[in-house]
Amino acid sequence: MSELKVQEKEVVAPGEVLATGMDYIPGKGAYRLGDEIIANEVGLVQLSGRSIKLIPLSGKYIPKKDDTIICKVIDIIMSGWRVDTNSAYSGIIGLRDGSTDFIARGADLSRYHAIDDIIVAKIMNVSSQMLVDLSAVGPGLRKLRGGVLLEVGCKKVPRIIGKQGSMVTLIKNATGCQITVGQNGRVWIKGEPIAQAIAISAVKKIEKEAHRVGLTDTMKIWLEEQTKDLKLDTFDPESSNKKENKNNKGEDIFPGDEE
Amino acid sequence: MVYKKRFDGRKFDELRPITAKAGVIKNAQGSAFFKIGKTAAYAAVYGPRELNPRFMQNPRTGILRVHYNMMPFAGQGGRVRPGPNRRAKEISEVSKLALQQVCDLSACPNSVIDVFIDLPETDAGSRCAGISAASIALADAGVKMKDMVSAVACGFVDDKVCIDLDYNEEAYDHIEGGVEGADVADIPIAMVPSTGEITLLQMDGLCTRDNLLKALDQVQVACKQIKEIQIKAIKEKYNSEEDEE
Repeated sequence: MSELKVQEKEVVAPGEVLATGMDYIPGKGAYRLGDEIIANEVGLVQLSGRSIKLIPLSGKYIPKKDDTIICKVIDIIMSGWRVDTNSAYSGIIGLRDGSTDFIARGADLSRYHAIDDIIVAKIMNVSSQMLVDLSAVGPGLRKLRGGVLLEVGCKKVPRIIGKQGSMVTLIKNATGCQITVGQNGRVWIKGEPIAQAIAISAVKKIEKEAHRVGLTDTMKIWLEEQTKDLKLDTFDPESSNKKENKNNKGEDIFPGDEE
Repeated sequence: MVYKKRFDGRKFDELRPITAKAGVIKNAQGSAFFKIGKTAAYAAVYGPRELNPRFMQNPRTGILRVHYNMMPFAGQGGRVRPGPNRRAKEISEVSKLALQQVCDLSACPNSVIDVFIDLPETDAGSRCAGISAASIALADAGVKMKDMVSAVACGFVDDKVCIDLDYNEEAYDHIEGGVEGADVADIPIAMVPSTGEITLLQMDGLCTRDNLLKALDQVQVACKQIKEIQIKAIKEKYNSEEDEE
């Protein structure tokens, strides 16, 4: 006799029984103990057929292949740059992947990326021991100059980006700011001071209300309200057609966002 | 046997009133406040983060580091004094062992998760309150855990099995109202409620085997109650985030 003890989208904590009986299968974030399926992290329940999985709600960023992240140069070594990835592991940008410019043998590497530079980079490879290899060359990958860098929970990044980048585009269009979101929970914003301040509070608001349903609509109204005194045409026209971050994950879990 | 009624009027298997709250320290990855009677504990979890010195790194798994500390004004001003002493060091170590049984840190090798437990007020059972708080904080930090760890002390006051002793009971043999030279045992226990695994058991005093087994049964019931409260605290945090305007 199998029984489901939780509902779809319910918040569960580790040690909580999700279901009893053999008819259900534990997915990510759950495990079987005898007859019971038990949660092993804090998350939102997601049911698909017989499997029960959890969407994690908290946790620090763990580097993953193909993620685009915002990182900071912390050291320069013989073979490239060591960067902070906002996780427990630092990453390496190799000489070959550091710049599109030709780098002569023995050149001063700080001419390309100096310590404390902020770079949008892509994770090329992660070893089992979490050695992280990054590249700063590729579409959308660049050095960030000026602006402000925010840190948000990395589990909330999919929400800030929105479905097909809808949320971030919304903020960009409303404020005229340049925005780049890294999978590691770092958000870079640059624009006119007042617009920038609005964009920052918009991101913080999304982070705070990340699991609300219909957030895009709420944000649209909120942004209209906030930006009604702004004259957008005074802004750099280039800023609103910057490359959007396509690394949009977990989009299908928030049905309120269908647009 | 003189101890017929508990000093604070509780039943012998009754816990002191508990309040628990998750997410009390915003800068931490996860945090919790756990108060049982007059013993209160804050726990803050940072990490997984880079572990230095490097020789401590474990390439197979992440490690847990627990720092237990009584705040300077905590305690009764008696024998147990706050500060970084040998007692605090030992409790840090046993708390770590109690907590790491449930944590799966294999996804973050070479890294560390730091758990800071600070107690603003203590009235016996501080390591248990600390472990219960730390368990909530670890879950809040998104650490993979097979279950919560719930901890409570049991003991014998004048041969009577008691759950969750307070300081007066612990010191029954030498306080006013107590009995000089009476038998007192204080046994802090941490447990994984779903399996009944014991991850911490220390004993101060003497007791018989039968008495200990009897007490363990009661502890298991008490730990399940604590687990409910711990889980509720976590849910409250994430649900209120959802509802917040």
